[in-house]
Amino acid sequence: MNVIIISLIVLGVTGLVAAVLLYIVAQKFKVEEDPRIDQVQEVLPGANCGGCGFAGCRALAEACVKATSLDGLLCPVGGAPTMAKVGEILGLAPVEAAPKVAVVRCNGTCEARPRTSEYNGAPSCQIMHNLYVGESACPFGCLGCGDCVAACTFGALSMDPETGLPVVDDEKCTSCGQCVKACPRHIIELRNKGPKSRRMVVLCVNKDKGAPARKACLNACIGCGKCQTVCEFDAITVENNLAYIDFNKCRLCRKCEDACPTHAIHAVNFPKRKEEQV
Amino acid sequence: MSTFRIGGVHPHDNKVYSAHQPITACPLPKNAIIPLVQHIGAPAQPIVEKGDKVRVGQLIAKAGGFVSANVHAPFSGIITKIDTFVDGWGMRTPAIFMDVEGDLWDDTIDRTPDIVHEFMLDPKEIIDRITAAGIVGLGGACFPTHVKLLPPPGKTAEVLVVNGVECEPYLTCDHQLMLEHSEEIVIGIQILMRALGIKRAIIGIEKNKPDAIAKMQALCSRLLGIQVLPLDLKYPQGGEKQLIDACIGRQVPSGALPIEVGAVVDNVATVYAVYEAVQKRKPLISRVMTVTGKSVAQPGNYEVRFGTPLTDVVALAGGIPEDTGKIISGGLLMGRAMNNIDMPANKRVSGLLFMSENESRRVEPENCIRCAKCVSACPMGLEPYLLSRQSELQLWDEMEAHAVMDCIECGCCQFTCPSHRPLLDYVRMGKAKVGGIIRARQAAAK
Amino acid sequence: MNMKLIVSPAPHAHSGDSVRRNMLLVILALLPAYAVSVAAFGWGAIITTAISIVACVGFEWLIAKFILKQQPTIGDCSAILTGLLLAFNLPCNLPWWIVVIGALVAIGVGKMTFGGLGQNPFNPALVGRVFLLISFPVQMTTWPRPLGFHTQYIDAATGATPLAALKQIVKAGDSSLVSQLPSLWDSFIGMMGGSLGEVCALALLLGGLLLIFTRVITWHIPVSILATMAIFAWISTPEGLCGHQYICYTLLTGGAMLGAFFMATDYVTSPMTSWGKVIFGIGIGLIVMIIRTWGAYPEGMSFAILIMNACVPLLNKIRPKRFGEITK
Repeated sequence: MNVIIISLIVLGVTGLVAAVLLYIVAQKFKVEEDPRIDQVQEVLPGANCGGCGFAGCRALAEACVKATSLDGLLCPVGGAPTMAKVGEILGLAPVEAAPKVAVVRCNGTCEARPRTSEYNGAPSCQIMHNLYVGESACPFGCLGCGDCVAACTFGALSMDPETGLPVVDDEKCTSCGQCVKACPRHIIELRNKGPKSRRMVVLCVNKDKGAPARKACLNACIGCGKCQTVCEFDAITVENNLAYIDFNKCRLCRKCEDACPTHAIHAVNFPKRKEEQV
Repeated sequence: MSTFRIGGVHPHDNKVYSAHQPITACPLPKNAIIPLVQHIGAPAQPIVEKGDKVRVGQLIAKAGGFVSANVHAPFSGIITKIDTFVDGWGMRTPAIFMDVEGDLWDDTIDRTPDIVHEFMLDPKEIIDRITAAGIVGLGGACFPTHVKLLPPPGKTAEVLVVNGVECEPYLTCDHQLMLEHSEEIVIGIQILMRALGIKRAIIGIEKNKPDAIAKMQALCSRLLGIQVLPLDLKYPQGGEKQLIDACIGRQVPSGALPIEVGAVVDNVATVYAVYEAVQKRKPLISRVMTVTGKSVAQPGNYEVRFGTPLTDVVALAGGIPEDTGKIISGGLLMGRAMNNIDMPANKRVSGLLFMSENESRRVEPENCIRCAKCVSACPMGLEPYLLSRQSELQLWDEMEAHAVMDCIECGCCQFTCPSHRPLLDYVRMGKAKVGGIIRARQAAAK
Repeated sequence: MNMKLIVSPAPHAHSGDSVRRNMLLVILALLPAYAVSVAAFGWGAIITTAISIVACVGFEWLIAKFILKQQPTIGDCSAILTGLLLAFNLPCNLPWWIVVIGALVAIGVGKMTFGGLGQNPFNPALVGRVFLLISFPVQMTTWPRPLGFHTQYIDAATGATPLAALKQIVKAGDSSLVSQLPSLWDSFIGMMGGSLGEVCALALLLGGLLLIFTRVITWHIPVSILATMAIFAWISTPEGLCGHQYICYTLLTGGAMLGAFFMATDYVTSPMTSWGKVIFGIGIGLIVMIIRTWGAYPEGMSFAILIMNACVPLLNKIRPKRFGEITK
């Protein structure tokens, strides 16, 4: 009996002393923090992807609380609804931003872009890029090792075994920009998602002159400028033998798609055309 | 002590195929492409135009900066265009294109076969001639030689270390050069010693070349200050830092140049080029390269003028073997595998190595079993298993803290790994990233 | 030119070494000791080893295939080695189902839960062995006398193991037990009671030297373990024994040789650098002797190695001597 009582007392006293000590230390070394940082962090997605340009969700929350306006602060993952909630907590007006999506600007499929060598090193685009041109003759195109797929924390990217190119799942893509940074050839671009996800894109980044570009890949942009001529809205510029569509000016008329002799311009998510349906 | 002290591996040297094959001159081509980037540093600036007639040895492109090198016409003929070509790795490179007509040499060049022993020049004149001749390190790195001969203020050279090691398997061009041009090399060493104002030189040669050791020793025995040092076989003995350690027992500190310990290192081929430039006024327009491989019909050592299509050189050696799976420019352990050989010879290509298809493929990697063989093999005393993992996880700061910038990319770690892991692939990538980060930081600090 | 060349980053050569080669060499180095144990214990040695190896390989295959859903990697022979080492640490009269449980714990808990070969912090064979030692103390410490193929497994005639006798001498200061110790020669060639593979120091030493000469292991770990144990023994020699006798008994019995050459040198669970290995070895040597002198168990190799295994991540912070740090 005695043993039990002594044990109880000893344990109780130890616990009490520890509790008091802990309390004193906690008070002494307390860090004063704006409680709103926690609140803001609560509504952020918590993926810590870094797509906002900050080190993680916590860092963005701190920046939001410090800022006087939400201009330039955007969580690309949560998008407008999340920023609206953040604005509500902080009493600031949210800034509207068009939703974006990652676009892989290469359509050098296995058929269009003959393989001229066999890579037999560590499976990494960066290593292959540092080494040489890659398995095809195009020094600009996708290398196909999937560095972008590995970088995506949302599972929005996957390799298509048939084309050898990565495919973006528009639904899952949060436009955080990790894949853009991961691609050693800077093929991936964040573009406006467009109305009903419809958009026009030049799926090529080859800056070589027409003949070598075409020789390396049948689907390459050869910089012929036909698309620039047919565009009525001045949305297309051709620089360094490469066409680029400005998504702010493009009205989705699809004329450039027909004009492109190499089918480098793609219309995404449009319904099938009538004549095609027949 | 007759080798370097940390790490190293012993690959099979496979030199029998091309060893002791006399140096044969490659015939002149009809058309030539002369690359403007044949060295480390800024590209050379062309000073000729389309339609110009040039003679052999005429300057056609000037060094584009302090760390850069002149390019001379290796052939006589007409410049057809200045454009880009696709090199052996599929990348576009600027070059001068020319049609070869005859073989007219510049009048200043001494083409007699006599060996010129006397030299009366002062150090500055010697260095000027070397600079003008566009000489770069022919051991593989292609660092402009004149830069090494001008030590930064506060540093003095004490000893010239001459690299006759040729530790890369298969390659025999330096060996053959030492056999056929030993006298010229010794004169070249004396010239470099005069240029540096030093009294001591050591020629390091691995013991698998006993005839070269004997020949050089016979020549040097009468000379004061030049010593021939036979070295035990171990790769990467030809690495600059390893060679200094093996020859004079000093270790270059991390991040420093050999001059920090008073050493200047030059390859025997470079020394030969120095002799030709100073004594014969012949600029660097050709080099000896080894064409070899287990299935090559006539493996050998060929003197090739820069700009000669590699396919011509290969034709001389009996063409591309049927079973070829991989073609390597340079040595087996540090050379670069090419994706085509439709490119011209240049200062960089020290050899062409043909590997059969079943030798070419890597074995599938397994898990790291933490055997530490890479740690014991690393000649720089790094931890390759750790650096490779950090690179895979993109921990650049950690890599910098673990001295990834000291890596010399010799490949000992990957060579020795029982799990066949691509250690160096990842370390090299991480080193490039960390190097970029450090340069950006230095630029921002300025 | 129409051929498709293979392009890969340098180096383009490999030493030809492989995981499998290393594992097979270790197995080869264990064979002399195995031969001695077959000679000493007969059928029991063969059956126990066979069960252990088959169970280890089987469990690895099953776990990799059905639980981890990976490509099974039994081809690298590491499971065979684990099975063999586990058997070496068991008495040869152990019931078959205990051996199977040991194999399950060794492979399942010791290795595959951490992700398979190369990921485990503790030596799998020892995890299995220590689990059995704690769960089945009686069966695990009842050794039959070495009588070759005449060894009786039912109603085994057990002798006082040399280590237990030694322990009594050390702890109780009872020097009358000295006469019960086998002769030094007997313990050197393995004519004494003990676990299957640990009895013959001579054969283990031969195997260990083979491993050092084929560069599968380096000298650092075995030498530092055995030297530490010898020095400790020399200092703490009990009454009734000469210093060299006690040193010899310490090194020849209780799996000291097996542990030093084969268990502690396991690649995965030992440090990477030379200095790390030396400290690792000294640590094991000290812990073994502390357990043997003051602890409850007569031998302590398994526990010592497992404890030092836990220190390996820390010991890996010791970095090798870098180029440029040698100034002279």
